[in-house]
Amino acid sequence: MSVDLLSESASDPTLAGSRPFLDVRDLRVHFQTDDGLVKAVDGLSFGLARGKTLGIVGESGSGKSVASLGILGLHRTHRATRIGGQVWLDGEDLISADPEHVRRLRGQKMSMIFQDPLTAMHPYFTVGAQIIEAYRVHNKVSKSVARARAIEMLDRVGIPQPQRRASDYPHQFSGGMRQRAMIAMALVCNPELLIADEPTTALDVTVQAQILDLIRDLQREFGSAVIIITHDLGVVAELADQILVMYGGKCVEYGPAEDMFLRPEHPYTWGLLGSMPRVDRDVRERLNPIAGTPPSLINLPSGCSFHPRCPYAERDGIPCRTVVPELAVPGAPGVACHLPQTTRRATFANDIAPAL
Amino acid sequence: MSTNDNLLEVTGLEKHFPITRGVFFKRKVGAVHAVDGIDFSIQPGETLGLVGESGCGKSTTGRLVTRLLEPTGGKVVFEGRDITHVSTNTMRPLRRDIQMIFQDPFSSLNPRHTIGSIVGAPLQVQNMPMPNGQKRAVQELLELVGLNPEHYNRYPHEFSGGQRQRIGIARALALRPKLIIADEPVSALDVSIQAQVVNLLDDLQNELGLTYLVIAHDLSVVRHISDRVAVMYLGKIVEVAPRDDLYSEPLHPYTLALLSAVPVPDPARRDSAQRERILLVGDVPSPIDPPSGCRFRTRCWKAQEICATQEPPLAEAVTGHQVACHFPIEASERTGRGAEAAREAAAAVAEE
Repeated sequence: MSVDLLSESASDPTLAGSRPFLDVRDLRVHFQTDDGLVKAVDGLSFGLARGKTLGIVGESGSGKSVASLGILGLHRTHRATRIGGQVWLDGEDLISADPEHVRRLRGQKMSMIFQDPLTAMHPYFTVGAQIIEAYRVHNKVSKSVARARAIEMLDRVGIPQPQRRASDYPHQFSGGMRQRAMIAMALVCNPELLIADEPTTALDVTVQAQILDLIRDLQREFGSAVIIITHDLGVVAELADQILVMYGGKCVEYGPAEDMFLRPEHPYTWGLLGSMPRVDRDVRERLNPIAGTPPSLINLPSGCSFHPRCPYAERDGIPCRTVVPELAVPGAPGVACHLPQTTRRATFANDIAPAL
Repeated sequence: MSTNDNLLEVTGLEKHFPITRGVFFKRKVGAVHAVDGIDFSIQPGETLGLVGESGCGKSTTGRLVTRLLEPTGGKVVFEGRDITHVSTNTMRPLRRDIQMIFQDPFSSLNPRHTIGSIVGAPLQVQNMPMPNGQKRAVQELLELVGLNPEHYNRYPHEFSGGQRQRIGIARALALRPKLIIADEPVSALDVSIQAQVVNLLDDLQNELGLTYLVIAHDLSVVRHISDRVAVMYLGKIVEVAPRDDLYSEPLHPYTLALLSAVPVPDPARRDSAQRERILLVGDVPSPIDPPSGCRFRTRCWKAQEICATQEPPLAEAVTGHQVACHFPIEASERTGRGAEAAREAAAAVAEE
């Protein structure tokens, strides 16, 4: 591998200085299975500065969760897993780094909020004990200091009577409280990068509003970089500065949040917006769903993997079935589509936007 | 609304699940008041949406109406006939008219049966006349819901989530029912597939003249498919209104908070939506020992003494718009300053 070359360029101060806080370059996560090679993430690039939020949107099986686990280095134990590309966090590449070193960063410099706090927390240990453990792994402090810190965090995320609740087991918490406790655990070491994988999917809408508010507040307070992974366009619209839309393991559109909602250019993004009933607009007679179903990652369609569901495929002889469209500059805002930009803009303005 | 032309009429419906202690002599020590006296009615061809947070009793309501659960009290009248406590045998012919679509397309289909036998089962159980044979009848149903009829012999695992939900819909339609209870029909599906199933339900209603009771927690989906919407909180209906009235002029504080919590998919309106968002303090109280009087009073920013002592009845405030609240929301509280004030007041509600 070209690891040596890469680490050399990392030590180059000029290059490291120009990198954003988190810089993902051509990330690939492939799994060898009995049925074939699953390209769960295939060439994902993006950058994220401190204090900013990136929303990764996609349907199930689009590779969004695998990408986040790949960034945290949580895939490596599997022999059948191949990870390629680079993940630069604050100037060091996590993919080529020593797994033991990455393990020490995990929980301290970067941490994660999982979707289902009931399965992500250990049922045999109290909530307090689990937060204390997370803190003591990374900080040489006594149990009582760690406990005080755990209670402080539980209080910060809005758990009433944190002193008493710290001795409760996860099953004694309600869903919203459990998610708060998980956020407290993720933030106990003041991570600079926080990845939230569907943090509100299992929650009711009023609790979701509380949790989104909490994440927003905490980000402002700690200045962390946040990646929020979700299938809910409403949630990303609330939080994200930038949005990355994934389909079939690839990024199909990447750009500022406003553009994604007001001037989206990829037919898949149009489809997502058209599928979604909105409370802030008049009721439409019908929704405009995307035809067909998301592809299997084992057997991706040739060329643009969206072409079997795309109403514009092969229009004016563009090679959708044979050539894979790429972003113009990997890691920079753009659209992976063969349609010429002028056509995309005109189509959205004339055909798509009026029906939204 | 004359009472006679309602397809389904529910009055004072209750379901209390007993909590018992001890092994041999199971003493009853309490009860979960899952559904605690609700009234609603559905007219033929109408779609009633039932929304609420998890644990508010909306799924239990669906199961009581289909008689999958035995009601503790109250009355369910279907087509003028009281079906609250009829026996299984008397209920069976009625099941032709009332069918259910379940939430989870993965656990609601038997993995060991082919699609043909799953969709054909209700036809067989009910001895439906099938002039062209069962296979043809099932294939017609599969076609109706947009599945390939050649997949007759396939098993559920060979289908995607959206296709499975279509199979569940085909099974519910097999007996040509009048009323379909759909319990979270799209919440397990991907966004793009959700829209397909919502459109399918819409088309089927137009084509077959179906009546729906749609139970869901997603307020935007409910708004899209319902004609009228009922909001539940802790075993009670707090507000019922025609869709547009409910979404534009909610009267119950809980409905207002619920609607303001829906994320707005428009980054430009992010800040204003946030300022006007009412964040309720704490969690829904336990249905084992619900608060006295109005159940929402523990989290309500408008609560006064009367709310703790007197339960507000579900009464008509505006034509067709019923609300159970002593102090309904006024127009000035819905937007701008009023909403911001409500947000602050709601945040200040102290927890008990």
